[in-house]
Amino acid sequence: MYAFEYHRPSSIKEAASLARKLADAKLIAGGQSMVPALKLRLARPTAMIDLNDLPELRGISVVGTNVVIGALTRHAEVAASKDVLMTLPVLAKVAAGIGDHQVRNMGTLGGAIANNDPAADYPAALLGLGATVTTNKRDIPADKFFTGMYETALKPGEIIASVSFPMAKRAAYIKFRNPASRFALVGVFVSETAGNVRVAVTGAAPCVFRVKNMEKALASKFAPEAIARIRVPADNLNSDLHAGAEYRSHLITVLAQRAVEAALSGK
Amino acid sequence: MGIPVSMTVNGKAVAAEIEPRTLLAQFLREHLRLTGTHVGCDTGQCGACTIHLNGRAVKACNLLTAQAQGAQIVTIEGVAAANGELHPMQAAFRQHHGLQCGFCTPGMVMAALDLVKRQPNPTEDAIRAGLDGNLCRCTGYHNIVKAVQTGAAAMKG
Ligand SMILES: Cc1cc2nc3c(=O)[nH]c(=O)nc-3n(C[C@H](O)[C@H](O)[C@H](O)COP(=O)(O)OP(=O)(O)OC[C@H]3O[C@@H](n4cnc5c(N)ncnc54)[C@H](O)[C@@H]3O)c2cc1C
Ligand code: FES
Ligand code: FES
Repeated sequence: MYAFEYHRPSSIKEAASLARKLADAKLIAGGQSMVPALKLRLARPTAMIDLNDLPELRGISVVGTNVVIGALTRHAEVAASKDVLMTLPVLAKVAAGIGDHQVRNMGTLGGAIANNDPAADYPAALLGLGATVTTNKRDIPADKFFTGMYETALKPGEIIASVSFPMAKRAAYIKFRNPASRFALVGVFVSETAGNVRVAVTGAAPCVFRVKNMEKALASKFAPEAIARIRVPADNLNSDLHAGAEYRSHLITVLAQRAVEAALSGK
Repeated sequence: MGIPVSMTVNGKAVAAEIEPRTLLAQFLREHLRLTGTHVGCDTGQCGACTIHLNGRAVKACNLLTAQAQGAQIVTIEGVAAANGELHPMQAAFRQHHGLQCGFCTPGMVMAALDLVKRQPNPTEDAIRAGLDGNLCRCTGYHNIVKAVQTGAAAMKG
C-alpha cells in the first residue's frame, strides 16, 4: 500500500471542501472495500478523507412511506433495526446476508453503493425498490445511479448522505452465494410497490440491471409461472471461474421465480 | 508524515504517532506487541485478526489504525482475568479441543464472544452462521461449535 495523507473532518461541509481541495483524495467509511483496494494498489489516493466522525450520516428513520438510511449506517445496524424489520423487512435480510458478521459490523450502506461492486447486494435492493440516493448536492434515482462496473453517477468528491427506500407491498431478495467470497454469484430482487413491479439482478453482469420483460409479465400476473420462460440472454453476462454466462442466465430465471414465491409468502 | 492516534486497548490508554497507512492489525502486533491478534490472509477473509472495536467484532487487517481513533479496543490478550484465569469461552475451547494448531483460535474466540452477546443461547446453526467470517484449516469446526455452545452456557452461569 502506498503512503497517503489522512484527514478526519467533523462536518459534511468540511469533508466536501477537503474533497474539492485535495487532488486524488478518496473517501473512506467502513474501509471494507477501500482497505483491500489500497493493499492491491487498485486505489492509490494521495489523501484519505475519513467519514467516521460524521454522526449526521448515521441512523435509520421512517418518513411517511419511506425508510431513510444514513450513508454511514453499518450493515449490521440495518440488519438488526426494528424500524427496518417492521416496515421493509426485505432490506434487513439483504443487509444480514452481506459478507460475514465482522464485515457487517464495519461496512456501510454508502460505501457499498458508491463502490458498486458488480456482485454487491445493496445495489440490487436500491434498483429493485426504486430507491433515491441523496448526496450533499442532489437526489439521484437508483435508475440513474449505477452506471457501470464500479461506476456510479457520483461526481468526484460528492458525498452520499442517505438513501430513501419506498416501502413495498411485497418484496424479496434471493441470493445464490459464492461460498468463498460471500458475494452474490447471482442475486435477484423482486418488489411490488404501489402498482409498480421491479426485478433487479446483481452478480450476473458488469453492473446491476433491471429485467423489464419480467417486470411486465409480473405486473399482469404476480406469480412464479409468469416468468418461468423468460430468459436473460447469456450474451452480455459474466463468465468467470465461478460460473459461465449460460449458467448465470439460467440462475436468473430460477432465482427470480423463487423471489416471487418468497415475496408472495412474505418470507 | 506521522499522525497522532489514541485509543483504549484492553483497558489501557495508548497514544502513538503512526503513518496513516498503518493497518490496525499491524499497530496492535508491531507497535503494541500484542501478537495474539493473528494475520492469516491479510485480505479480510479468514477472521484470524478479529478484535472488538467498541464492543463489535471486526477484522483488524481490514481497517486503518486511524479509523479506530478514540475507540475501545479489546484483543485476545484482554479476555482472560487479570490473574491469568481463562475466560469461560477460552476454557471451553480447551475443554472441547476446539483447536489444533491454534492459529485461528484468537479470532474464533473474539467472534464467538460477539456472537454470544447478541444470542446468549445460540443453536448449532446460529454458531455456524455466526462464525462464517472465521476459517479454520485444522479442526473441521465440530469441536469449535461444541466449545462455543459450552462457553455460551458457562457465561450465563
Ligand atoms: C470478506 C468480505 C466479504 C464481503 N461480502 C460482501 C457481500 O457478500 N455482499 C456485498 O454486497 N458486499 C460484500 N463485501 C463488501 C462490503 O459490503 C463493503 O462494506 C462495502 O462494499 C463497502 O462499504 P464500506 O463502508 O466498507 O466502504 P469503504 O470501503 O470505506 O469505501 C468503498 C468506496 O465507497 C466510497 N464511499 C464510502 N462512503 C461514501 C459516501 N458516504 N459517499 C460517497 N462515497 C463513499 C469510498 O470512497 C470508496 O470508493 C464484502 C467485503 C469483505 C471484506
Ligand atoms: S488476517 Fe484479517 S481476515 Fe484474515
Ligand atoms: S486450529 Fe489450526 S487453523 Fe484452526
